[in-house]
Amino acid sequence: MTIESNFLYVRETEAPVSPPPRRETGLGYWLRSNLFSSLGNTVLTVVTIVFLAWILPILYNFLVGEAVFAGTMDDCRAHPAGACWVYIQARASFMVYGFYPIAEYWRPNTVFVLGLALIIPLLMPRAPYKVPNIIAFLVVYPIVAVILLAGGVFGLPYVPTEMWGGLMLTLALSVVGVVGSFPIGILLALGRRSNLPIIKTLCILTIELWRAVPLITVLFMASVMLPLFVPNGFTVDKLVRAMIGITIFYGAYMAETIRGGLQALPRGQFEAAAALGLNYWKSTIFIILPQALKYVIPGIVGTFISLVKDTSLVSIVGLLDLINAINAAGASAEWASPTKAFTGYTFAIAIYFVLCFSLSRYAKYMEDRLNTGHKR
Amino acid sequence: MATETAGRLAPPRAVFYNDPVIRGYLYQGVMVLLVVAFGYWLISNAIVNLRAQGKTFGFDFLWQTAGFDIAFKLVPYERASTYFDVFKVGLVNTLFVSVISIVIATALGFLLGIARLSKNWLIANIAAVYVEVTRNMPLLLQLFIWYFAVLKVMPPVKQSLNAWDVFFLNGRGLYGPSPIFDDRFGWVMIAVAVSIVLAIAMRLWAKRRLETTGQRFPVVITAIAIVVVVTAMAYLVSGTRIEFEIPALAGFNFKGGFTAPPEFTALVIGLALYHATFIGENVRAGIQAVSHGQTEAAQSLGLQDNDRLRLVVIPQAMRVIIPPTTSEFLSLIKNSSLGAAIAFPELVSVYAGTALNQSGRAIEIIAMTMLVYLTFSLITSFLMNIYNARVALVER
Repeated sequence: MTIESNFLYVRETEAPVSPPPRRETGLGYWLRSNLFSSLGNTVLTVVTIVFLAWILPILYNFLVGEAVFAGTMDDCRAHPAGACWVYIQARASFMVYGFYPIAEYWRPNTVFVLGLALIIPLLMPRAPYKVPNIIAFLVVYPIVAVILLAGGVFGLPYVPTEMWGGLMLTLALSVVGVVGSFPIGILLALGRRSNLPIIKTLCILTIELWRAVPLITVLFMASVMLPLFVPNGFTVDKLVRAMIGITIFYGAYMAETIRGGLQALPRGQFEAAAALGLNYWKSTIFIILPQALKYVIPGIVGTFISLVKDTSLVSIVGLLDLINAINAAGASAEWASPTKAFTGYTFAIAIYFVLCFSLSRYAKYMEDRLNTGHKR
Repeated sequence: MATETAGRLAPPRAVFYNDPVIRGYLYQGVMVLLVVAFGYWLISNAIVNLRAQGKTFGFDFLWQTAGFDIAFKLVPYERASTYFDVFKVGLVNTLFVSVISIVIATALGFLLGIARLSKNWLIANIAAVYVEVTRNMPLLLQLFIWYFAVLKVMPPVKQSLNAWDVFFLNGRGLYGPSPIFDDRFGWVMIAVAVSIVLAIAMRLWAKRRLETTGQRFPVVITAIAIVVVVTAMAYLVSGTRIEFEIPALAGFNFKGGFTAPPEFTALVIGLALYHATFIGENVRAGIQAVSHGQTEAAQSLGLQDNDRLRLVVIPQAMRVIIPPTTSEFLSLIKNSSLGAAIAFPELVSVYAGTALNQSGRAIEIIAMTMLVYLTFSLITSFLMNIYNARVALVER
């Protein structure tokens, strides 16, 4: 770049860029400042590298190096140091669908794809048609899913819930829990903030009672105590009982998360809504909730993550969820192999990690998106 | 007169059911009616069902003989004991496993929180990977891994893993030495108590001296020295001897020392590792919440590095760390009920499981179990409220 100038003391060409200080660039500087900045740090780094050099080859050998990718169970028994992926390949359909009839696998598959098609645009902040999307997901989708999964109408063969299992059951429990606990949480949170003393007390009692006990006792209660409290001869499906337990339990947790959002909302919003002459429900639905819920999206997603993880507890009351299906898949002697248990659990870890980690990344993304105003 | 009437307009006439106050009473009345009707429906169903099954309601069953044994117990229990004893064993086991896990989880959590903030790139990233992987899989899955895939497949008794001939690990459990104290050991315990009192007195004196003269006194080192010297002197003078009973292979099993069954070990490891990640995140958030300005202000006041940490940074970080960490402890206690899945005899497993199946007293037993956890929760929130009131920021 040159500058036309009449002044002799003005440079006409740009001075050459001087190189950055040598000691503050490149790999050497990065290593010095991040790994070897002091004696203590150097010792820590060396110890960590030794630890990694020990553990990474073990992990690699188990997952890839010594693992059996093809063959029979006999090959697995011959390789006791590696994962037995043959076992996963052979039992994958059981781990994913449980005892669901093979000819009907298209039904859970359709429900799964439909669910993804509805959830993904719901999670994308910029996708249009949020309201119809929410209605489709919260109202239409559950009905379609139940019809497809259980069948018995429209010529679909009936599949009792005892035959549901594996990942499919885990996802079904998660979706029911998410869809059900959300409205319960909103109602309980609104009730807790209500001016009416009796409703407020009832909501506080409900929330605190459910939050104080472990989910297992709730599931035990649903499986052994609930039958005593419904009219004789009237039975509720075992899976539905677990779903009710999880939904109410997480409804109470959701209520506390949403209450955080309601409390974070400035008083002026409530007063402005009242000044416009909106009644309670109008101001709540159009003014308060949209803002309050937006504040706590990360918290809501966090509660959903715990819910997804806690659906695994239904295996204690005898439902065949992903973990229980993996335990049951290798129970017979034909699948015996020294690394069968580890391989099965690795599969479960991978599935839960993908589910929960992507949700937690999403929560982080929303948090950053919502925080822009406060960033310095 | 005219201006007054203009100022006070008569309230608009509205139908009584549009009056918000009356509506409030109406809604609450309906709510109470609904709750009472629902409760009446539940209870009458229960009465009919219990009568149909020939059962009664009451807590008299607590004094009946349970008739089954429990593998892991810290209070006296035998086959002839009552259901109430089962309840006590379960409760004590729950508390025992929770306290041990809480101690380990807290220590590990603080390490993790600090490691994630480390300037060392490797340490910070390994801690991050560990935290993300561990907290994104269900606790139950981790317990199954520790129990079924690690501890249960340990070698049989004869080929136990051996550490320095003192600790042994096999499929039946972890064995280690336990100390035996003789009757003169009491004197050492008294000496420890006395030395702690002395150390506290020394600290008070040092604080007063600092405030009056401004002279520092090496409090921590002196305190350690007092406790060590007094205890060692008491140990030598009293002539007591501590012996360790080391487990030894006798027949088909190890005898002597302490035994931790695999159920217990798996539950402690699982609970501690899982909850440590959440505590670690609390610690990290707490440290990051102390603004840099606080550190700079402390430096400009001329505080030394350790005083800056002790008096400025840590108290403010603790205010952020302690409330969520307390709820983490509570959730650890609640999660100890997952021991039921790996047959560790804690409250839910032995009482809401075995005892319920045997006695058939579903309502009473589930209610008692829930009441126990409710009590823990109430105690925790009570302590938390006291703490919050004490540390709350007093603004202007």
